Amino acid sequence: MTTNITFQLNGREKTVQAHPMARLLDVLRQDCSLTGTKEGCGEGECGACTVIIDGRAVMSCMVPVCQVHGSKVESIEGLESMGADGQTCLHLIQEAFIKCGGAQCGICTPGMIMAAVAYLRQPESAPGGVAEALEGNLCRCTGYTRIFESVKTAIDRMKTGANQSR
Amino acid sequence: MRTNLADYECLTPGSVREALEQRATGRKLIPIAGGTDVMVWMNDGHLGKVGKVYQSLHALAGEWRYVKTDTEGNLRIGALATYSDVRHHEDVKKNYPMLVHSAQVTGAIQIQNRGTLAGNIANGSPAADTVPALMVYDAKLRLVNASGERVVELSEFFTGYRANVLKEEELISEIILPKPRFAADQQYYRKVGTREAQAISKVVFAGANDGKGNVRMAWGSVAPITLRSKKTEDAVAAGAAADDAWAILQTEITPIDDIRSTRDYRLKVSQRILADFLGKVHQ
Repeated sequence: MTTNITFQLNGREKTVQAHPMARLLDVLRQDCSLTGTKEGCGEGECGACTVIIDGRAVMSCMVPVCQVHGSKVESIEGLESMGADGQTCLHLIQEAFIKCGGAQCGICTPGMIMAAVAYLRQPESAPGGVAEALEGNLCRCTGYTRIFESVKTAIDRMKTGANQSR
Repeated sequence: MRTNLADYECLTPGSVREALEQRATGRKLIPIAGGTDVMVWMNDGHLGKVGKVYQSLHALAGEWRYVKTDTEGNLRIGALATYSDVRHHEDVKKNYPMLVHSAQVTGAIQIQNRGTLAGNIANGSPAADTVPALMVYDAKLRLVNASGERVVELSEFFTGYRANVLKEEELISEIILPKPRFAADQQYYRKVGTREAQAISKVVFAGANDGKGNVRMAWGSVAPITLRSKKTEDAVAAGAAADDAWAILQTEITPIDDIRSTRDYRLKVSQRILADFLGKVHQ
């Protein structure tokens, strides 16, 4: 049994034909060829597959794709934008991860970044701050210190007015 | 091993009415609210043990996703309200602090953004984090079917391990909390898990005392169901000391050894939580 599911993916309308209970994670990676979203545990424990649905961070391994019909889905691929010079620009948080060494093996990185982006846009979603915003994302390489530094660096840059459009 | 989805069917009703009509046909339909339990079974390959046909309730959000205080002062939580909806709601923050606390320690933010409190109840895990808090607030559940509805006490909803009084044709439509009656400093919630986030409780407890003879104490992960320790409540209301209350509590809880903890550890932690609770609320 498959059905047509239409949603906005990184700003563009997308229709896929899939089983209603197919994981959004698999639809993104296989049907949409967006392999930036990673699978870690596949049971909602590690956060590697985090994407943003209608403004909120969620784990895409736990979302049956029928539930995104009519929604706005953002994956890591949707963060970069086209600059005035026609070159692709990374999101400031992606730049902060590079600058601070927030990524090592890279499996947790897209999920970390998407959870952080949801927090940067809506700080009230995590009254406990960065640590709470990222509590659902596991990293086995960095020891978290550089990830936290990356997010804090991005917050400081936002406050100083750099890249205000986001 | 992962589930082969071709073996499973999933209905996607567009309204409450359509969902209840589908349930009235007599087919066993497993509801999916936020999916944070069902999708784990799917990923683990355990879907077949649960059921063959599923019913996604997501499109009912327009009707059932709300948190509001009614004209009589009761809090109403629609079946599709998420943990995030509840923990950030002003009325909940003001009047039901244990509900905020319990939603905040459930999973992580990504889980809280999808999972629902009604799903936490219907799933029936004795380790559910929000259920003890809801029980202490004397929560009631509205159960609906295609032709009517009934209201049951949450403390009487569970009949055994992952078993409850919900019939196949019914869905939980809302959780109703009577208007608040416990002072903020007379409410106590404690979850003991392996770490602060993303942990499933080894012991979870909610308790409160209104100072007028009404004591509520509800426990998770120490019995096949989340339960109120009513004999201990009565003893505490009558002024029992910690040792006497503990002796009674041991006749009500039945913790076991499992992958998350041991019977001995759970008993020790329960005893300490009880003493801490009694030290913090007046008697």
